[in-house]
Amino acid sequence: MLKIEDLHASVEDKSILRGINLEVKAGEVHAIMGPNGSGKSTLASVIAGKEEYEVDQGDIILDDENINELEADERAHKGVFLSFQYPVEIPGVTVTNFMKTAINETRKAKGLEDMPAKDMLKLIREKSELLEIDRKFLSRSLNEGFSGGEKKRNEIFQMAMLEPKLAILDETDSGLDIDALRIVANGVNKLKNEDNATIVITHYQRLLDYIVPDYVHVLFNGRIVKSGGKELAQELEKKGYDWIKEENVD
Amino acid sequence: MKLKDKLLSSFLAFENQVDIDSYVHDIRSEAIKNFEIKGFPSKKDEAWKYTSLNKILKEDYSVFAKDAEALDYKEVKKYFVHDIDSYKIVFVDGKYSSQLSETTHDGIDVCLMSSVLNKPKYHLIIENYFNKLASKEDSLASLNTAFSREGAFIHIPKNKMAQKPIQIVHFSTGNEAALMLQPRNLIIADEHSHVQIIERHQSLTTHPVLTNSVTEIFAGKRAFVDYYKVQNDKENASLIDNTYIKQKGDSNVSLHTFSFGGKLIRNNLNYYQHGEHIDSTLKGVTIIGDKQHVDHNTLVHHIEPNCESHQDYKGIFSDGATGVFNGKVIVEKEAQKTNAFQANNNLLISDKATINTKPQLEIFADDVRCTHGCTIGQLDESALFYMRSRGIPEKEARALLMYAFANNVLESVRIPELKKNINKLIANKLGVNIGFDL
Repeated sequence: MLKIEDLHASVEDKSILRGINLEVKAGEVHAIMGPNGSGKSTLASVIAGKEEYEVDQGDIILDDENINELEADERAHKGVFLSFQYPVEIPGVTVTNFMKTAINETRKAKGLEDMPAKDMLKLIREKSELLEIDRKFLSRSLNEGFSGGEKKRNEIFQMAMLEPKLAILDETDSGLDIDALRIVANGVNKLKNEDNATIVITHYQRLLDYIVPDYVHVLFNGRIVKSGGKELAQELEKKGYDWIKEENVD
Repeated sequence: MKLKDKLLSSFLAFENQVDIDSYVHDIRSEAIKNFEIKGFPSKKDEAWKYTSLNKILKEDYSVFAKDAEALDYKEVKKYFVHDIDSYKIVFVDGKYSSQLSETTHDGIDVCLMSSVLNKPKYHLIIENYFNKLASKEDSLASLNTAFSREGAFIHIPKNKMAQKPIQIVHFSTGNEAALMLQPRNLIIADEHSHVQIIERHQSLTTHPVLTNSVTEIFAGKRAFVDYYKVQNDKENASLIDNTYIKQKGDSNVSLHTFSFGGKLIRNNLNYYQHGEHIDSTLKGVTIIGDKQHVDHNTLVHHIEPNCESHQDYKGIFSDGATGVFNGKVIVEKEAQKTNAFQANNNLLISDKATINTKPQLEIFADDVRCTHGCTIGQLDESALFYMRSRGIPEKEARALLMYAFANNVLESVRIPELKKNINKLIANKLGVNIGFDL
């Protein structure tokens, strides 16, 4: 589904990703771990199409199509979803209206009519129940005054609404208490199927107890320096990142 | 001939058409004298520093329009809030259109200024209210007074409620190569009465039109006046709106101005509070582009204690558009416990767009709460990326952000159909086809 080949990316002439190779197949869950500043969030943003990041070299291929040149919204239409580490507050736009617009614009891009209001309401009800989201919450301004946990739950709610092919969860566990973590992880697990894939970006192993990865990759200094099964996450939890750093002194 | 000279000589012809024995005659004569002395304002006047009328004054406007052909309602329906039951006072090239109007004298008066000026039974009302608020110093208000003959007259007697909103619409047909209009409105809401009004000026062609309008509003004790001005005119239409509001105790007057189109718009909005526990609301949304110019010049005069005023103006300027906000709040020494709020927030979408914003607070009382704030900013790039990552294209994401920026002004629109209408105008203006039904 997703193939990243020798990806180099920079922001304001500062090189951050230095040759990433990664293949994610449908039905798989990949975890990307690594110390702070290793380039995890950059990788997420580059896949999602953030303009500030310059791709200097390499390819991002989604379903055999190179998406390097596509705008963020065009990537979203093709099924890429990024759950933000820091979701942006947008006063004046309610959660419901935001989702309506997002869904209908995606449909428009596919040549489909707007979703009938009735179906939209039903979908919203279904998905908000999945994430145990209070209905009142949906008429509030997007992320404005939300607690850290509410923001993250709202991200996964949006993911549930949009049903992406490739979901990238950027530090979704940060700021979550254990109950919220369970709800979020449960939501992600229920949305998982044979046709979609998930990339979980996390600093800690905690989230991976709930969303069990098929593969774990360690990112350091803009490169994937180690890959393995889920036991690699446990090893990192026990030993920390220092041994990775020592093994990879430039 | 220069426009000023043309107007002065036209006044003599105008005098021949109206009743020169009337009470109003002297007022008109005095007004034209004032206009003759002062002339049109220029950038040298402090209040006109950022707005030049030069460009629009050089047109050769007709002062008296020929009779236009009747308009077909179907063709102009879109300029009304047409999905509600309403009274309508409609003018075509400055003349009353009975066919498009729906007036009443049943318990309330919703009718024409011309008939009120001429009928003896309204004599006292004219003596008590006409030209009592409009500034006698201001040359443009004087010019309007000199040529005052037609406009809307609304009188809601004590304890009465206008059961449906009143729409005042001025059309110009393009029958003249260029046309100047001087509508004059008088609105009296007596004690404990209630009225909602929507006003619109609409040119139907690209011929130049200059409207110099004066509206005087009197709100009695505990009266409630809810007023909306929709300014979405064609590219060669300009509007100078002079509105004066006098409020008595416990009254509530709210005025929203939506400025989306026209060549040049100047809103002179003046509130005078005469009584305690008065609530005055002034709100506006301006969304303009090209070389459009919108100037909000407001005054709230707090004269007595325990009153409130709320000003909230939002502006979004793209291309080479320019905006001006000049908000003056005066709190007299006696006006203790005043609570005055003023905000003017602006988004500049292009490098060439300009906003001049100037709050002016003159506070002579010592126990008051006055807050004001002006901001000028750009669209939040991180919010744009967030929205685009959810599949909302750039243009739509920008539009949604701009709408959200203006949203708290739109939220206070009390006529839902009007709000829908405004939402559509905004979507059109921003070039997107999304429903902003928040």
